[in-house]
Amino acid sequence: MEGECRASPARSWGLPAGGAGGDSPGGDVPLPGSISSSALLQTEVLDLDEDEDDLEVFSKDASLMDMNSFSPLMPTSPLSMINQVKFEDEPDLKDLFITVDEPESHVTTIETFITYRIITKTSRGEFDSSEFEVRRRYQDFLWLKEKLEEAHPTLIIPPLPEKFIVKGMVERFNDDFIETRRKALHKFLNRIADHPTLTFNEDFKIFLTAEAWEFSSHKKQGPGLLSRMGQSVRAVALSMKGVKSRPEEFMEMNNFIEIFSHKINLIDKISQRIYKEEREYLDEMKEYGPIHILWSASEEDLADTLKSVASCIDECCKATEKRMSGLSEALLPVVHEYVLYSEMLMAVMKRRDQIQTELDSKVEALTSKKADTDLLTEEIGKLEDKVECANNALKADWDRWRQNMQNDIKSAFTNMAEENILYYEQCLATWESFLTSQTDLHLEEASEDKL
Amino acid sequence: MTESNFSLKKIEISVSEAEKRTGRNAMNMQETYTAYLIETRSVEHSDGQSVLTDSLWRRCSAFEWLRNYLLVYYPHVVVPPLPEKRAEFVWHKLSADNMDPDFVERRRIGLENFLLRLASHPILCRDKIFYLFLTQEGNWKETVNETGFQLKADSRLKALNATFRVKNPDKRFIELKHYSDELQSVISHLLRVRARVADRLYGVYKVHGNYGRVFSEWSAIEKEMGDGLQSAGHHMDVYASSIDDILEDEEHYADQLKEYLFYAEALRAVCRKHELMQYDLEMAAQDLASKKQQCEELATGGELFSIWGVTTQLFGQETPEQREARIKMLEEQIKEGEQQLKSKNLEGREFVKNAWADIERFKEQKNHDLKEALISYAVMQISMCKKGIQVWTNAKECFSKM
Repeated sequence: MEGECRASPARSWGLPAGGAGGDSPGGDVPLPGSISSSALLQTEVLDLDEDEDDLEVFSKDASLMDMNSFSPLMPTSPLSMINQVKFEDEPDLKDLFITVDEPESHVTTIETFITYRIITKTSRGEFDSSEFEVRRRYQDFLWLKEKLEEAHPTLIIPPLPEKFIVKGMVERFNDDFIETRRKALHKFLNRIADHPTLTFNEDFKIFLTAEAWEFSSHKKQGPGLLSRMGQSVRAVALSMKGVKSRPEEFMEMNNFIEIFSHKINLIDKISQRIYKEEREYLDEMKEYGPIHILWSASEEDLADTLKSVASCIDECCKATEKRMSGLSEALLPVVHEYVLYSEMLMAVMKRRDQIQTELDSKVEALTSKKADTDLLTEEIGKLEDKVECANNALKADWDRWRQNMQNDIKSAFTNMAEENILYYEQCLATWESFLTSQTDLHLEEASEDKL
Repeated sequence: MTESNFSLKKIEISVSEAEKRTGRNAMNMQETYTAYLIETRSVEHSDGQSVLTDSLWRRCSAFEWLRNYLLVYYPHVVVPPLPEKRAEFVWHKLSADNMDPDFVERRRIGLENFLLRLASHPILCRDKIFYLFLTQEGNWKETVNETGFQLKADSRLKALNATFRVKNPDKRFIELKHYSDELQSVISHLLRVRARVADRLYGVYKVHGNYGRVFSEWSAIEKEMGDGLQSAGHHMDVYASSIDDILEDEEHYADQLKEYLFYAEALRAVCRKHELMQYDLEMAAQDLASKKQQCEELATGGELFSIWGVTTQLFGQETPEQREARIKMLEEQIKEGEQQLKSKNLEGREFVKNAWADIERFKEQKNHDLKEALISYAVMQISMCKKGIQVWTNAKECFSKM
């Protein structure tokens, strides 16, 4: 059944066509960030090595919340389409299409929370129907992620958007926050759908299809919180022992992850900062233009020129807004997702190391003859298999992840460059036409004088 | 290139150097000041070659003396302003330090501009003191002092904000004063916001420089992406550093606007002069009118209701001879007063005529200069955009190769 119902009709639904919830990997709302400006302009190249505490996920700055007013709801730009195509591993075989939209607020006596509507369309046989609609809240996504991590400890599970707002938020749920989260959740589910292994995970299927009551009873069946906690305590204890013999390739991997994590975090900060600076530049420019109009009121000969300058500045403001919107769509969410990915990667490495440590400690126990040899040998056999499985899974997934990362980063930055080019081209056109009009007038005046 | 009436040849003036100096001032205290080298060249008509005719150093205060002198002797002229002494409307990167080399350089250009304005003014260019400023090395200050301009100066002119109740001012001057207030206010506002815009723009460009550093570090761990990242990073550095030149150019634009900001005050000074002349005229007319009235009263004997009448009543009757004497004195004063009034009227009308001629000249100059300045602003923006397109096109190419 999987081979049927593919290609055109299903695909055109998957590409953003103006429905709710665009599935562009970019978001059209910025992840507003605010970095303490004390480090601003200390040296020629701004120093951004500040501690984590200064990085706010959302800032109180109300002006940033206005982004929604001029960013397009639906990223139908060709750029976002390219993004869409690029992030699918095997576009021809895609048979599971998911959208996350329609956030709704629910108020109970205990709490207020938001649910998101998830629509799944599929042609797969193992699904009872070809279309599903459910509502899930953030907690549910968290549950899914944990189940996936449990089932596949050394696979690179896609990251979830942050759980909490760190500092500075007045309201817990404002439109910007919800929209950014919605987009990230959409991305999360689609990444899982595209993953060769995770896409067939049973919990994933249940998440997408089960009715509310069915879903909550299923959730309760999983290992309890306590046992999860117990696991993690044990995991910490194990990891404290240190990994004695991490294979070479995983040493390299670990090294990469450490450096990548550091760099992507910096890039995240830099990008957020650029956004902020552009916003402040825009604010000033908006005040700048009108002054020329004010001036033109007391002038005669100069009035037209001044008004033209004002309108040019106005055009440039619009171009700046567009540039900012592009940045927040194409660059910021991608970079931020990889910040979260880098955390995920470190967790994956840890888990792999844990599995290996389990084996190593049993081997050590065997050599020092501390416990029953036969039992140990059997256990070691099992663990060796486990380690091999884990390592292979990670290796394969790692290559896939690297490739995706390269594509995503490449397209994100190419888009950023494109946005900047468009911005400067627009401004150039504006000022050039001003110049032409002034020189034309000049010639006109000159010829009038001659008459 | 300027034309000067005291020589048939064309004259070129330049303030070619600025030098920091220390010396002792009038109170024998050490001080630091800047001196400027003024070079005058005359250009031969025939071959266009210029010959250096004069070269001398002047300090700031000399320029101020010159201007103050011109203000006194040519009150009907909109006297070109001097550049600012202290850096104002600075955005953060520019230092507000007066000894900063960039500021000194901009001041040098401003002073040169001042002299060129004088030299191209149809009236001011003929002034002897101006000529001596350019040519008389020593004792120039003494020469200026000898003109006694400081004594001539009307101290009331300085108090530009004081009000004088003038009954019949020329409406055009009222309008002009209003205009100069508006001009000053709007240009100040413009310069303030421009400085803030410059600040922000600087921030946007410079933060991109951080990409350069981080891309470079990141490229070390990437195989396929490495080259693209590295070279893109280089372009980010280029982008970040390009803002310095851009904003330096914009500073010249700001200076052009500043000149007209200061010109507003020169306009106000002319309006104030008219106001004072009109005030003096009206006072004189009033005085004359009251004297005439007194005379009439004395002649007709209707003193009872005048002050004269009351005092003479108090101090006793006066003799007819005394009365005659008084009438005669008054009649002489009235004659004098009428003469003065006539000449004041004439003076006033001359002033208004000459002032308006210069104001018209100024208006044309202003419209021309400001239009050029706005056009040059557009040219700067165009250049900035072109640079931006180039850098980002290069960066895009690098990214697409990753």
